[in-house]
Amino acid sequence: MPEPLTITINDQTITVQPGGTILKAAAEVGISIPTICFHDFCTANALCRICVVEVEGARTLAPACVTQVAEGMKIHTQTDRVRRARRSILEMLNASVDLSDAPEIQEMMHEYGANPDRFPGAATHKQPVIDDNPMYVRDYSKCILCWRCVQVCAKDAQYTYAINFEGRGFETRIGTFFDHPLPETSCVFCGQCVGVCPTGALKPKRQWLLEQGLSADEIVQTTRSERRRKFRGTLRGESPSVPGETQTKVSGGQP
Amino acid sequence: MPELDLTALQSLLEEHASQGRTALLPVLHAAQAIYGYLPEPVAAEVGRGLNVPLADVYGVIEFYALFHAQPAGKTTIHVCTDPACAMAGSDELFEWMSRRASQDGAAGEVTVERAPCLGLCDFAPAVMIQEAQRGHVAVDPTTVLTESIGEKPHGVIGGDLSLLTGNCGKGRPTSLAEYETGGGYQTLRKVLQMPPEAVIAEVKASGLVGRGGAAFPTGLKLEGAARAVGEIKYVVCNGDEAEPGTFKDRVLLEEDPHRVIEGLIISAYAIGAQKGYIFIRGEYPWAYKVMTSAVAESRTAGYLGDNILGSGFNLEIELRKGAGAYICGEETALFEAIEGKRGFPRVKPPFPTTHGLFGMPTVINNVETLSNIPLILMQGANHYRQIGTEKSPGPKLFCVSGDVARPGLYEVPFGVTIRHLLIDLAGGVRHGRALKAILFGGAAGAFATAKDLDVRLSFEDLRNAGLPLGSGVVTVFDETRDLRDTLLRLTRFFANESCGKCYPCQLGTQRQYEILQRVAAGEAQAEDADRLTDVGWTMTDASLCGLGQTAASAVLSALRLWPDLFKG
Repeated sequence: MPEPLTITINDQTITVQPGGTILKAAAEVGISIPTICFHDFCTANALCRICVVEVEGARTLAPACVTQVAEGMKIHTQTDRVRRARRSILEMLNASVDLSDAPEIQEMMHEYGANPDRFPGAATHKQPVIDDNPMYVRDYSKCILCWRCVQVCAKDAQYTYAINFEGRGFETRIGTFFDHPLPETSCVFCGQCVGVCPTGALKPKRQWLLEQGLSADEIVQTTRSERRRKFRGTLRGESPSVPGETQTKVSGGQP
Repeated sequence: MPELDLTALQSLLEEHASQGRTALLPVLHAAQAIYGYLPEPVAAEVGRGLNVPLADVYGVIEFYALFHAQPAGKTTIHVCTDPACAMAGSDELFEWMSRRASQDGAAGEVTVERAPCLGLCDFAPAVMIQEAQRGHVAVDPTTVLTESIGEKPHGVIGGDLSLLTGNCGKGRPTSLAEYETGGGYQTLRKVLQMPPEAVIAEVKASGLVGRGGAAFPTGLKLEGAARAVGEIKYVVCNGDEAEPGTFKDRVLLEEDPHRVIEGLIISAYAIGAQKGYIFIRGEYPWAYKVMTSAVAESRTAGYLGDNILGSGFNLEIELRKGAGAYICGEETALFEAIEGKRGFPRVKPPFPTTHGLFGMPTVINNVETLSNIPLILMQGANHYRQIGTEKSPGPKLFCVSGDVARPGLYEVPFGVTIRHLLIDLAGGVRHGRALKAILFGGAAGAFATAKDLDVRLSFEDLRNAGLPLGSGVVTVFDETRDLRDTLLRLTRFFANESCGKCYPCQLGTQRQYEILQRVAAGEAQAEDADRLTDVGWTMTDASLCGLGQTAASAVLSALRLWPDLFKG
């Protein structure tokens, strides 16, 4: 058993086992540090930086989700620097992404006094909804680039590698090989990506249709006929997806 | 689209198949040279041949600016529009070239693109026509766009010292024979007789710190990697110089390649590495060619390969070409590029000395840093420390450009004043105008003014003055310049070059650029200074890597010096 470490969080001295992160150590004493991209079952990449904290002696703020505790570490989770970073990240994110399906982030905005109109005229990620398969829709106007879907599609779970990134910087998007519809990729429709999406950018087709105002009967009709087509196509040895037949591109996509 | 003949690609893939994903960037470069761009069937074949998922292949093509998934002109002209070239009229040049390209040839024959800094600031305005780097290019309605317009840039060397630049300034590479005549590779012979620990001790004692911008002690890096557990270790030369205003590494690579190679071999010996990589940015095709033949010369002479000079030490060096991504100058992003991935910087710790390239202990150094290593081991650390100041020992290269009488590469001892560099050596502000500002450290730097002229150029003095040394960029602006235009270009640079991984930088570089567009148009809003301050400090404090942490540095320094610039 390795020697436990003594650290202080917000002037509270605690003893923790080595090898853990600041996020876990704080949670053990009931100090909550906000997170967005972090997920218990995904590799932590420290992308969103909402979990940054101030560690005495460090030049920059430290992401609590990946920073390991060390002996004598003095951590502050609510300094002015920390709050400014969290508030500004939320304001910048809100200016570009449709967060209407992300209640936890909206709650964070409230807690950090983030002004939803801080950046007037900012470029957004608004783009058409991609409805190219019977299982789920992709509404990347709501995508915050937390990487979870790409990770579970790859080494974090499924080893399918159907999706990756396009562009870079502010223009980064999640996409398939040359933007092929999902049925033409290696996607196996396992649903892992939908399960980990925190903002409703990936949504089960039925839920999405329900939100579009379709009745339960209409939804059953729609998805059943889509699946039948897919099945017949496969039997005939054709590509399971015939453009124009199974794809119903819907622009906008706001419920 | 007519059926593509994939035969040439397939033989290329057979050659690289055993390497797997690490061959992705080299193969994509080669494939693009064959087909002009990277159409879907080519990308799919590459993925299959190297066993890389197709979505990942597309992700890599999309990340790097020099890869094209869509057809491009037969000839691509890159026109630098960053500050030094902009002051020399690159906007007019870009417009003229765009017009000329559409007049001259069939539509789509020539593509003219704005490019980030091409590292030819001493020959501004500069362009790259396919792989031909050309400087001092003038708008001339009588000229046709060919690879011979303007001048071929070469090293313009000045300064008080010629320890690092002694072989530069000839306008051609120093051959192996010339390098040896001047004592080249004698240091390697000496080093191979020493225990590796003694080599590291000498570098530590010299006080050498990295010259790429981060100024980390080189000896500590070597020591860390030497001590790290692992049979396989790597050394990497970071030749991905792309900081706007920087061209020192280009000159060293192009004109004194063997000094860099000797420094890399000595580093490899010190840590027990068997393999080295030299990574050169894609926009430096000439440096890549020079280094390729220098490595071959060095191998033929027995300085590389098995049992080097009978010592029992083995080392192979492989060259890699970047593909248009400033972020790959960040060491871990550079590893990702060598590994065939998008150039996302990694979370640190762990650091490269224990978990570097392919997860193995790695020492990665800047070109100028490596050029210092033979010098240190030839003369000994004590002798080396007589140059410069106590806390900043050694010679330093400064890239001086902009509104200055004699732009060029200047080698001085640490500790001379800015005044000495700018006025005595570079001839002062040109056209007899007054000095408005000096941008120190490039896009990631900060502004100085005339009141700073007597600050000494050393890490300690610059830190006290609140100025970064960075990679040694000194861009001069005269009294007539509108710094809002400069800031607009710097913020556009970062918005284009952010990798998009962490939120502060992905969003902050974009928000910063948006606000600067208003500021430069004279339409600043009352709250814009506050917004820039919050965005800037959020990027500085919370970004994942050095790019985001310095992306607001110039804006924040301008906000302090000239708050009125940001009022509408």
